[in-house]
Amino acid sequence: MGANGGAAAKPQPPRKSATGAKVITVTSGKGGVGKTTTTANIGVALARLDQRVVLIDADLGLRNLDIIMGLENRIVYDLVDVVEGRCKLRQAMIKHKQLPELYLIPAAQTRDKTAVSPADMIKMADQMRPEFDFILIDCPAGIERGFRNAVAPADEVLIVTNPEVSAVRDADRIIGLLEAEGKKTPHLILNRVKTEMIRKGEMLSPEDVTDILAIKLIGIVPEDENVVSSSNSGMPLAFLDGSRAGTAYRNIARRLMGENVPFMQLDDNSGFLKRIQRLFGGQTG
Amino acid sequence: MPGLFDRMFGRAPKTGSGSKAKERLQFILIHDRINLPPERLEAMKAEILQVISKYVSVDSNNVDIALQNRERTPAIVADIPFNKMIEHDDPDEDDPKPPKSPQKDAEKKPE
Ligand SMILES: Nc1ncnc2c1ncn2[C@@H]1O[C@H](COP(=O)(O)OP(=O)(O)O)[C@@H](O)[C@H]1O
Ligand SMILES: [Mg+2]
Repeated sequence: MGANGGAAAKPQPPRKSATGAKVITVTSGKGGVGKTTTTANIGVALARLDQRVVLIDADLGLRNLDIIMGLENRIVYDLVDVVEGRCKLRQAMIKHKQLPELYLIPAAQTRDKTAVSPADMIKMADQMRPEFDFILIDCPAGIERGFRNAVAPADEVLIVTNPEVSAVRDADRIIGLLEAEGKKTPHLILNRVKTEMIRKGEMLSPEDVTDILAIKLIGIVPEDENVVSSSNSGMPLAFLDGSRAGTAYRNIARRLMGENVPFMQLDDNSGFLKRIQRLFGGQTG
Repeated sequence: MPGLFDRMFGRAPKTGSGSKAKERLQFILIHDRINLPPERLEAMKAEILQVISKYVSVDSNNVDIALQNRERTPAIVADIPFNKMIEHDDPDEDDPKPPKSPQKDAEKKPE
């Protein structure tokens, strides 16, 4: 079902969402910092929390959210097919087998990047809002058309960065662009944090980064080699309990749902103090 | 104020490459945010000083004009001390006499 279930009746009567889905765009400026990994894991984590979730891969020409999700063999239609009217929106939505409330709309792999406009993205998101709780958009790197498309329908933006000078600089640029567009202040996810290096003073700490960027953190994700093995098998870490990065992603999902989740311990010896909470948005008090 | 993480991790005081990264970022971002490269900033500083010098004598050794970030809003902060007014060339008049107190007067040795 799902991808090629166009002719068949809808699998089940859609639940109407009381308020409509929240549209969240995951962006960064710089490439390779973990946007796709983050989108996949937060999506899985939200679906495990019984949320109805659609993931949209907005990285036209370089799709890989389907790979990370393990759904690459089930693609029939893509985002550009929807926009250009070759299929219905529902036909391009691939339903996840283990999590039936989780869908993916894949990016086109070969098409012209200008095939999609910000207005198309807003229209598509609005069409899905009534039937879902979260719509997550995986943004391409850069600040061009693909970025504009991805943030156009966003109610909330998550900025992923790494504790490195160039990644933080690009994050700042993105924050400035969102400010200029009058978007709500984004939240920050600091990915690939190495506690040991921070302890030695050899890496920017979460506090350094929030000092500099002056936005609130919604998650700190440790460097975790399980991220690679889970990508290899097409099963995002958030499927499993136990890994540190997976737990960090699941905590982010809970915070997005409005839960007050204390910071997990990144390190067994020292751990995080409660006061770390002040680095976070209001929902964590 | 020492950072939370500094206290938590007992981080060595500002010697590692982490604090270097922070310093560099602060410099880079301040220029990114106002979209003014360092050379242009220097030109602007010189011009500001020129204008002020037209009206008063500036103590140019102690001028401090710098960019600052207040949250995400950049600002230019200028500390431009003036030279003391010199009314005439009598050297005695240059350093003002210490304020007199009766006590001190009493202690003072007659010269
Ligand atoms: N927390 C992490 N720990 C270890 N590796 C990570 C982590 N986050 C991302 N990676 C790796 O970094 C690379 C880039 O991640 P990806 O999500 O594709 O970035 P982006 O979408 O921003 O280009 C991938 O190889 C991914 O496995
Ligand atoms: Mg990506």
